[in-house]
Amino acid sequence: MIGYITLLLVCQLAGEVLARLLGLPLPGPVLGMVILFVGLMLRGHVPEGLDGTARGLLNNLSLLFVPAGVGVMLHLPLVMREWLPLSAALIGSTVITIAVTALIMRWLTPRNGGRG
Amino acid sequence: MGELHEIWVYLATSPLLGLTVTLLAYQLGMWLWEKAGRSPLVNPVLVAMLVLVGLLLVTDTDYATYFEGAQFVHFLLGPATVALAIPLYRQFHALKRSILAVAVALVAGSLTAAASAVGIAWVLGASDRTLLSLAPKSATSPIAMGVAEQVGGLPSLTAALVILTGIVGAVIGSAVLDLIRVKEWPARGFAMGLASHGIGTARALQCHEVAGAFAGLAMGLNGLATAILVPVLVTLLF
Repeated sequence: MIGYITLLLVCQLAGEVLARLLGLPLPGPVLGMVILFVGLMLRGHVPEGLDGTARGLLNNLSLLFVPAGVGVMLHLPLVMREWLPLSAALIGSTVITIAVTALIMRWLTPRNGGRG
Repeated sequence: MGELHEIWVYLATSPLLGLTVTLLAYQLGMWLWEKAGRSPLVNPVLVAMLVLVGLLLVTDTDYATYFEGAQFVHFLLGPATVALAIPLYRQFHALKRSILAVAVALVAGSLTAAASAVGIAWVLGASDRTLLSLAPKSATSPIAMGVAEQVGGLPSLTAALVILTGIVGAVIGSAVLDLIRVKEWPARGFAMGLASHGIGTARALQCHEVAGAFAGLAMGLNGLATAILVPVLVTLLF
């Protein structure tokens, strides 16, 4: 398990280095995801231990957003002052974005058996 | 009483307390979620956030002190994002088949997310700085914060708006998708991940592995699309 945590961190680190080296507008972890993906493609399968480690992290993914979310308290005065435009924008935009994205995906995805 | 006060002073400055209350608040959120029959309306992140913000305000603790403990949880976001490569790898064949759909939905979705948020808030009279902080809100937080800084918004406000966007998507996403009758897991997951980044992805993973894989993909791609498209959009709009 420690070995696979190390692997995830090495991918993240490589992602950070690559992003800075190439001046890419992407965070290290997202590039790290690409690096691990390429590694899995080359390897041809997911090692069992890596699968377990990843599952442990991803099963609790939403917990990991809590500390950043609590940061909303830094902007409580602004959020209270502009609560109406903010909540309308967040809710309205999320509804519209989910609908537009999902409908386009469905229209353009070939049905089962179709050629891609 | 004096002794209790000393213990509090010690604990309030040690990372142990921030870390422990974060986990406890989340456990409470998960417990309520289970009690509510796993309804997306009871979002564990939202419950934990409300409990913790309330606790910090009541005990007059500042965010920086809290974060000294909570950062250990926050840090795991990095390796967890890397780990999204695994569900993605498992769905590679489904992904190859829908590459055109993914490309078009990405550009349209990313522009819709930014333009609709800015448009709605502008109509309702939000300040310019708020509008600029809102524009990248659907991207994953490190990208959104970078974009906010670049276009003249407030990065720390953007971080909060990003998390709130994630929660909104996790809470209402399934209902919106049911309403427009999109049942396919790839389309559902991709829409959740694009609109609501990691929190939408966490919710999609709860629903179905295929949805989770497409959500993780959408989160990564929309990070990239937001970094490229939002600065351009802002130049056109402002």
